[in-house]
Amino acid sequence: MKITVKRDSAFEIYELEDGAYTLLEALNKIKRELDNTLSFSSGCRSSVCGSCAMRVNEKEVLACSYKVQEGDLIEPLNNMPVIRDLVVDMDKSYEMNVKAKAWIKTINSEAVLDHEAEKINEVQSDCILCGSCYSSCPVYAVNGEFLGPFSLTRVWKYVSDKRENDAAEKIDTIQTNGIWDCTLCNNCTVVCPQNISSKADIEKLRVRSSMFGYSDPNFGSFGGGFDGGFGFDGSPSF
Amino acid sequence: MKTDVLIIGAGGAGLMAAIAAKEEGVDVLVLTKEYPTRSQTCMAQGGMNAALGNVAEDSVEDHIQNTLKSAHGEADEESIRFMCSEAINAVEYLDSIGVCFSRTGDGKIAQRRLGGASAPRACYAQDYTGLKILHTLYDRANALGIEFVNDTFLLEVLKDEDGNACGAKVLDIRSGELKTYIAKTVILATGGYSRIYDKYSTNSTASSGDGIAAALRAGAKLKDMEFVQFHPTGLKNSSILISESARGEGGYLLNSKGERFTDELAPRDQVSRAIDEQIKKGEDIFLDIRHLGESFIDEGLPQERKLAKLYENVDPVHDLIPIKPVAHYTMGGIAVDNRSQTNVERLYACGECANHNVHGANRLGGNSLLEIVVFGREAGRNAATKAKEVASLSVPAHTECFLEKEFSNTVDFYKYKEKIGNLLYNKVGIVRKKSELKDALEELEMIKSLLPQMGWSDTSAVYNTNKQEFLEFRNIVEVSEVVIQSALGRDESCGAHYMEAQS
Ligand SMILES: Cc1cc2nc3c(=O)[nH]c(=O)nc-3n(C[C@H](O)[C@H](O)[C@H](O)COP(=O)(O)OP(=O)(O)OC[C@H]3O[C@@H](n4cnc5c(N)ncnc54)[C@H](O)[C@@H]3O)c2cc1C
Ligand code: SF4
Ligand code: SF4
Ligand code: FES
Repeated sequence: MKITVKRDSAFEIYELEDGAYTLLEALNKIKRELDNTLSFSSGCRSSVCGSCAMRVNEKEVLACSYKVQEGDLIEPLNNMPVIRDLVVDMDKSYEMNVKAKAWIKTINSEAVLDHEAEKINEVQSDCILCGSCYSSCPVYAVNGEFLGPFSLTRVWKYVSDKRENDAAEKIDTIQTNGIWDCTLCNNCTVVCPQNISSKADIEKLRVRSSMFGYSDPNFGSFGGGFDGGFGFDGSPSF
Repeated sequence: MKTDVLIIGAGGAGLMAAIAAKEEGVDVLVLTKEYPTRSQTCMAQGGMNAALGNVAEDSVEDHIQNTLKSAHGEADEESIRFMCSEAINAVEYLDSIGVCFSRTGDGKIAQRRLGGASAPRACYAQDYTGLKILHTLYDRANALGIEFVNDTFLLEVLKDEDGNACGAKVLDIRSGELKTYIAKTVILATGGYSRIYDKYSTNSTASSGDGIAAALRAGAKLKDMEFVQFHPTGLKNSSILISESARGEGGYLLNSKGERFTDELAPRDQVSRAIDEQIKKGEDIFLDIRHLGESFIDEGLPQERKLAKLYENVDPVHDLIPIKPVAHYTMGGIAVDNRSQTNVERLYACGECANHNVHGANRLGGNSLLEIVVFGREAGRNAATKAKEVASLSVPAHTECFLEKEFSNTVDFYKYKEKIGNLLYNKVGIVRKKSELKDALEELEMIKSLLPQMGWSDTSAVYNTNKQEFLEFRNIVEVSEVVIQSALGRDESCGAHYMEAQS
């Protein structure tokens, strides 16, 4: 079978044996036997480290869990600088977790987590930071400062954690370039290899934000809202 | 580039060290050849031991005794006592920073039994214990403002004129530049070396023993390098791990005739040997979980079904899973004292690359995640305390740079990487013979002598993974040499090092 790989210089076609194997195995074969210069990243080979996310026929996949097929077109992730071939620079996207303050701020050691509480953010904590959602998100194409799907999912993970005593700072932080900028297009959900829906998490964060007195700035002219009622004046603290 | 504490490696051990050092109030910089969340720690599924006694009676003393027994007399009781006693604090700490451990009905952290434990002791987060611990530690490191430099490959540990570690020489993978980092203390947390077995390993491709080889070149002592743990159930083609829980839940091991041939729940080394014996008789070996039923498999072992389908093209609900034992965990590593300090002043080590004398000849499932948290923190604290005592940064003495040597690149190192894997698996594997170990050493020395004829053919400076893989290959050669020499140095069978009597 033949596959095409988008390299720095040009699209390159490689001829491979037919068979049912993963794209990562195919790339390794190319690297070791056909072309030492092909660059890509991998690690676990078992879909849990997030290293090998790339696009096949314009859809984000993990190379180690995708069975390569005749005629496939392989490209690097979108919305991040390409360092070389299929390797992208994720520093800036990782930095979104820092900007979004995705961590526990103050711990409530009294909180008891039961089964139900455990399920609230179980799926969100399955995120492998592969960047597929980031690559698929149309908002990044126009706004590089958008906090984006994986970091907002991570914020929801911590905001929904019963052990977090002080979610306000995180809620404040995600008002700008955050939850209201998302178009709810659902692309991120479709491509996530871990079945996470960042879109759904963003919706939950919107509801939580309104409980903190924020309202959708896109409907700002309606005035109203919850101001004051929750002992919080809603003014961002940064 | 300068800092107080320089940490190399950002798996569970490196991150824990960074957090602990930062909390001591010193400057910390972490270098990693990947991104932190891509470290192999994310692959751990089973769990992390702590005698919480949440689901059945348990005690720290039992944890200590189980660990000592499994170590076959090759570990240090004081270190084990320390680790097992700290386990409860360690889990409490992880819980407090947001690790989503699975819970019991009454809201306690759930626990399950892994091999060799007298009680259900492993705290877990579904099938993703390592992933969730690693990511949460990373988030905590972010909260503390710890600085990371990703895509940076450790070449050499640097020392000053007095022999103190004082920094590292690295390759910036993105630009291809060689860089020097200067620090008051250095911590190595670069992970294990199971990838010397190449395709016969469950490990991440990054586990090539880089830090261990660099430590050795810097004069650090290594210990117990012959102790390599083989996991009985790697998938036959890809060596991807099928978790021990498949046997724990009632899975059978069968040979080609459909016969069971061993106690599936015996310790890993015993089961691996039983399988090896069958394979040497020409049998194919399978894991059979069909009798557990589809709904049970989907509920209890979803990850295993997914992995078997994807990587072996079989559906365990209807088919047998072809398996073989493969290298999984390396007990040996850089020798450290109970302050995580190596014999090189100001050089510390923690995690799978270090040998804290807690696993001896055989590691218990669930004790590695525990080790990286407990000793990662110790290494971070001690290196920070030491850094505060060091008045000023020193100047590194000259070290020879491997990359500046002549390489004719007429011999393909990828072929030899595979050869070393086969050689080690066949002659330095589950069952060893003195004569075969000698053959293996001879062959390895031959391969080592070919290094100058190898090299990299990709000439680009930017993200040259061909060059990086060659650097890893060099470390694989050096570490393999020590593994074989250590194996030759131990005549008796002990734990994972099993010697067959010569006939
Ligand atoms: C499939 C699998 C399942 C497992 N399950 C369990 C389990 O259930 N319970 C348990 O206790 N243990 C388990 N283990 C073992 C455990 O996961 C590891 O021992 C542990 O995670 C090692 O952590 P570490 O921090 O020492 O190293 P790693 O997580 O391997 O991290 C090493 C770090 O060093 C960096 N590095 C390496 N070389 C260089 C270099 N040259 N330059 C710069 N940086 C470098 C890497 O980028 C990485 O950041 C499992 C292991 C595997 C493979
Ligand atoms: S949310 Fe899903 S797609 Fe996005 S980084 Fe995490 S695992 Fe990848
Ligand atoms: S739903 Fe929102 S976050 Fe997800 S891809 Fe669309 S715009 Fe981006
Ligand atoms: S190599 Fe880890 S996700 Fe593919």
